[in-house]
Amino acid sequence: MSLAYLLRRLGGILIVLAIVTLAVFAVTMVLPGNAALMILGEYATPESLAAMERQLGLDRPVPLQYLDWVSGALHGDFGMSLRLSLPVSQVVGEAFWNSAALAGTALAGVIIVAIPLGAVAALRRGTLWDLLIGLFSYIGTAMPEFVTATLLLIVFAAPSAPVFPAGGFVSPVEDIGGFLSHVVLPATTLGLILVAHISRQVRSEMSEVLSSDYIRAARLKGLRPGRVIRRHALPNSLAPAIAVISLDVGYLLGGIIVVEEIFAWPGLGRLLIYALQNRDLPVIQAVTLLMAVVYALSNLVADLVIAALDPRVRYA
Amino acid sequence: MREILRSPTGLAGSLLLALVVVAALFGPWLAPYDPQAFHATARLQGPSWEFLLGTDQYGRDLLSRLLNGAPATVSFGLGATMLGVGVGAIIGVVAGVAGGTADAVIMRILDGVLAMPELLFTLLIVTLFGGGTGQAILAVAITFAPGMARIARSAVLSVRTREYVLAAVARGESRAWIVGREVLPNALGPIIVEATIRVSFAIMIGATLGFLGLGAQPPSTEWGLMVAEARQFMFRNAWTVAVPGVAIAITAMGFNLFGDALRDAFDPRRSR
Repeated sequence: MSLAYLLRRLGGILIVLAIVTLAVFAVTMVLPGNAALMILGEYATPESLAAMERQLGLDRPVPLQYLDWVSGALHGDFGMSLRLSLPVSQVVGEAFWNSAALAGTALAGVIIVAIPLGAVAALRRGTLWDLLIGLFSYIGTAMPEFVTATLLLIVFAAPSAPVFPAGGFVSPVEDIGGFLSHVVLPATTLGLILVAHISRQVRSEMSEVLSSDYIRAARLKGLRPGRVIRRHALPNSLAPAIAVISLDVGYLLGGIIVVEEIFAWPGLGRLLIYALQNRDLPVIQAVTLLMAVVYALSNLVADLVIAALDPRVRYA
Repeated sequence: MREILRSPTGLAGSLLLALVVVAALFGPWLAPYDPQAFHATARLQGPSWEFLLGTDQYGRDLLSRLLNGAPATVSFGLGATMLGVGVGAIIGVVAGVAGGTADAVIMRILDGVLAMPELLFTLLIVTLFGGGTGQAILAVAITFAPGMARIARSAVLSVRTREYVLAAVARGESRAWIVGREVLPNALGPIIVEATIRVSFAIMIGATLGFLGLGAQPPSTEWGLMVAEARQFMFRNAWTVAVPGVAIAITAMGFNLFGDALRDAFDPRRSR
């Protein structure tokens, strides 16, 4: 992979993000309710409203407001939250790390579970195991997060005999045990669809690899079956799975919105719903942009990892 | 169709889909009770011969509510998908046929939209339009359009250089004729397959919006809303949330399985 390729991809991401900023800004501009009115309340006099609009820069031409917002965003300054009286960057920053802890735990769990599951399904093709894993993956992809979450809550958080807390958050830095017990249910909810999705991908790739000539050659030269699988079959089945995982980061970003809301997890998703409900425009803008950046970067990282795993892939 | 029924996934998908279609078409007539009728003496009950799937917090019959909600839930998925696929396919075909600068500009804009997670984008649009079923359908359709446009475009591109298209160009046929009679019919397969699988996503997103209070509004018996309304009582009677939840999963699974089988039938090489 050449440096030119990397630079071109980064350039592409910049173009995409520029379009995202335009879209986000346009949407928040069109949203009913104006920031000055939000701050002062509906009984504000026209004079104080005009003064507040001037203070916030709302009386200036829209393109200028956009440029102001973008240049502020580039410096990490998204203005003040209209509802929380805190800098948006601080609110969003805290929420980001909480979300990252949840999404990271979910993703790690998914990888640990999904890859062996897919490999087993491929190695035991046509057996009961394969059928069960396939059935599980079909059920998993058909359950919206709020259904999974609700069912998990009934089983594991019933007030009579709670195994895990029904919601809330404990910082992993302060109390790792508390964090783990709180993260289990939301992470499982988030992970279920991904496990279904990725195990199916690994199964289909691995089945293809297992019927290839080089696996037959490896077997014929007398390598032990375990070694054939670990050294030859598995690494070659993983590149497409990693591509799917990166696409699933987009799903994960959507999934945390619902899951955090249900489990009262103070992350980006919950913040976004709060901001949407309260028309907190600066927060909506910042969260949306941040999610788009994470998504774009995860796609890039996936491409780099695939290139590293598969020497045939050479990005020019 | 015979080919679809022969594979186990296709058969299972077709059966689930048939169940869902019957519920969606005839549900309100099949329901044993009025879905809004209170039975004050039988609240939060489990399944019995009187109430086959139990009752909710007001003693309303869950089976009747489920059957009455089926048309709303399924038509949401179908409506949003058809709208999104229609708009997306038009954009994609225009981009694919036009090529050059127009294509590049359209695709860059779509990339920008696709850089946002689907649910996030849907939520933004719903906030823009305000909650409600119609607005939610529109929001999901707009969210689906860019992805569909991409698929339609690549389908058109793969067909565009085939011999029969080149032959039509050589015959001197008009552009519109070539697009309408040669390119579109042959590019339709991938679009239909993707649309079928998309219906299951649309149903899931629609139910999620209902659950968040941004889609269907009470007293609708849309399934996502049913889960949301019963959540307070779920520890006293799990059936209140499990019944609509499982119904959503069954519907989504039906469209998923059917779509997979459809894809295998269209493209035998991909079936593994």
